[in-house]
Amino acid sequence: MEQINNLVSGGAVEDILFYVFAALTLLCAVLVVANPFSRNPVTSAMFLVLTIISMSGLFLLLHAFFLAAVQILVYAGAVIVLFIFVIMLLDLKEEQRRKIKFFGLAAGLVSVGIVVSIFIKSLASIKPNAAPPMLEGETYALGKLLFTQYTLPFEIVSVLLLVAMIGVILLSKKKLE
Amino acid sequence: MHVGLHHYLFVSFMLFSLGLLGVIMRRNLLVIYMSLELMLNAANLALVSFSRFNNKLDGQVLVFFIITVAAAEVAVGLALIVALYRKRQSAHVEDLTSMKL
Repeated sequence: MEQINNLVSGGAVEDILFYVFAALTLLCAVLVVANPFSRNPVTSAMFLVLTIISMSGLFLLLHAFFLAAVQILVYAGAVIVLFIFVIMLLDLKEEQRRKIKFFGLAAGLVSVGIVVSIFIKSLASIKPNAAPPMLEGETYALGKLLFTQYTLPFEIVSVLLLVAMIGVILLSKKKLE
Repeated sequence: MHVGLHHYLFVSFMLFSLGLLGVIMRRNLLVIYMSLELMLNAANLALVSFSRFNNKLDGQVLVFFIITVAAAEVAVGLALIVALYRKRQSAHVEDLTSMKL
């Protein structure tokens, strides 16, 4: 019992949980983009759900409780349902393997190089902070910030959602004029 | 080793690279769209971890907005894909080359 208490107070459990969730996230993300067994988009969508759920676990470890809930509600709930609906609607053929062309390979390597260089630069500029992080992403604090400092973006986002709704209705009408 | 900002940023970086790889390699429009979602999620993870380790809540508000905009984007994008499929009977990028010179 004392050992368990020591582990919890030392943050070891959080570290182990971080590694578990990070590994799960990355494994499922690999299976989304490059599943060796299936090229079916439904499989990709299902692994996207797993990625998102393990990512909300990471959010919990970062004490962003509200965002973890929103992540599951919006992504795993709404977005994936939309994806599945469209996949069922479209009756897709099985995807053939793509022959990798030289230009595509070069473009891919260049873009990955740019991302790697940005990553290394940002790692080098991190200052080690002495104080342990105390931030709590509680709904109360987040809501307070959202409705005081960020009221204008909030309203703009609501208009954006309305515009998206109207746009989707127009786009999915039977006949496009 | 204690888990810090580096670890979270590394996960976020790997997730972003995987999404980028998917966008480049796959040729099903829907899977490309899912890879885009992965990239957005990687940015979200980076923002949340920055917010946690800088003791500022603003990053999380930004993530909230990103999730909202991503939802709107998915709705519009999937409607576009459905409209495209109605016209062309295909959701593969290599069949959609009418704007190629």
